[in-house]
Amino acid sequence: MTHSLATCRSDFPILAREAHPGVPLTFLDSGASSQKPESVIRAMDDYYRLHHANVHRGIHVLAEEATALYEGSRDSVQRFINAATRKEIIYTRNATEAINLVAYSWARANLKAGDRIVLTEMEHHANLVPWHILAGQIGVELDFVPVTDDGLLDLDAYARLLTREPKLVAFTHMSNVLGTINPVESLAAQAHAAGAKVLVDGAQSVPHLPVDVQTLGADFLAFSAHKMCGPTGIGVLWARQELLEAMPVFMGGGDMIRKVTLAGFKPNDLPYKFEAGTPAIAEGVGLGAAVDYLTGLGMEAVAAHERELITYALERLEEIPGVRVYGPPAERKGGVAAFTLEGVHPHDIAQVLDRDGVAVRAGHHCAQPLHERFDLAATARASFYLYNTRDDVDRLVVSLYRVKKLFA
Amino acid sequence: MDDFYRELILDHYKNPRFRGTLDPHSFTYEDENPLCGDKLRIDVRLDDTGHVVESAFTGRGCAISQASASLLMEKIQGASLDELRALNKDDVLELLGIDLTPARLKCALLSLKVLKAGAYGLSGESNPDE
Ligand SMILES: Cc1ncc(COP(=O)(O)O)c(C=O)c1O
Repeated sequence: MTHSLATCRSDFPILAREAHPGVPLTFLDSGASSQKPESVIRAMDDYYRLHHANVHRGIHVLAEEATALYEGSRDSVQRFINAATRKEIIYTRNATEAINLVAYSWARANLKAGDRIVLTEMEHHANLVPWHILAGQIGVELDFVPVTDDGLLDLDAYARLLTREPKLVAFTHMSNVLGTINPVESLAAQAHAAGAKVLVDGAQSVPHLPVDVQTLGADFLAFSAHKMCGPTGIGVLWARQELLEAMPVFMGGGDMIRKVTLAGFKPNDLPYKFEAGTPAIAEGVGLGAAVDYLTGLGMEAVAAHERELITYALERLEEIPGVRVYGPPAERKGGVAAFTLEGVHPHDIAQVLDRDGVAVRAGHHCAQPLHERFDLAATARASFYLYNTRDDVDRLVVSLYRVKKLFA
Repeated sequence: MDDFYRELILDHYKNPRFRGTLDPHSFTYEDENPLCGDKLRIDVRLDDTGHVVESAFTGRGCAISQASASLLMEKIQGASLDELRALNKDDVLELLGIDLTPARLKCALLSLKVLKAGAYGLSGESNPDE
């Protein structure tokens, strides 16, 4: 394993495969899910080969080893986002479940009909639908911060929505379509001044930027392991301990209880209070290895690498006649370029690129309202991660010229 | 790709036949593929004996969905209502002449779905495909 961005590509076995016989793979779909380094794959493999047993209550060597590995990953995650205590790291299935946990537990206990929640037009469906469900069930009202033509949140409109005294403000740290990096600290400070709690969807930021919950300003932060070099099946909800202590339990079952009688139960301490049933143990171990891997590279370095790549990518894409990239300029965004090519449907773009081994995503990227905002049915999206290079951008551009020629 | 985007498909995409709307029409139907945002409307005019005299489509979508609509319009000229109702997935795939991945099958079959929904709607019968 390397600890250098320059050579980290070789840590990812899948990147050595061909997309089709004789055609190298150019993977530009990490925004949907990242690839996994050898260290993560090996940690999970070793876990199953050598250490697996159910965690927490076992009094035998495997149970103790499994518990130590699984709980050790929680310590890694705690350090990674600089949480005050490991009790604040709640494991979920993914970012989506983390947001739902807040909607089901915190929101149902603290909000009532007529209370307002501020969201934005650039949210992923994961940070829209749980609130739609809540609105349908308990009658909260949803407000949406508009997105400007250059893909930024309309801050004047945000300030106006805050005067309506929302109880919760929930927004993405980084848009998975526009790449926009939102100014979380100032948005959160304004929200707090207005008396609202702040939920930050970190699904796209935690994998790509240094995130420190002590300075971020969020009350809740949700993210998924699979977008940050870790496995599918595990995600994280971080929240301050006092908040989590005050929240009612979410799902019931084993592990989340201290004591059960026929008459009822007493919930377990944090973080277990919110983790019902046998957890995703191997996935926890994998997440720990992913976080250690990212820590080894340094998140500052990862962010700088992606900034450089997106700057180059925007330059190259914008020189192709007919290509339009959505979102702010490179200084305000992460490694995501959603674009259209005049006269060619994004599905056709993706299909032709695939023949050249270039993997991009085409569709609405689970952000239909945002696409509607820009009057688009779909976009093609290239998203970059720490293992991508300028060569990947060049191959994308060459292949896009082939699309143009085919459809000319 | 040279097969996927073969000449015929690109030609029908770039120069769609039977594009437009019909007024009056015997039936019209519109539907979409919410996942990809493809939208399609088909209008059909039948003569007294229930045969297609004219048909037209409008909509937006990928080359596969638009070409399959154009090819289908071409195929159904003169067809009877029963023949419209009997059309199936294999007929459309034969028109396109390519193998489709599951992700793209929905694009290819949108026009068939819209046409059959319209044809069944005309007599108030339920469409056995639904
Ligand atoms: C901004 C954003 N939020 C939430 C999610 C949901 O992540 P998951 O599907 O892992 O729960 C995604 C993933 O696409 C995302 O990009």
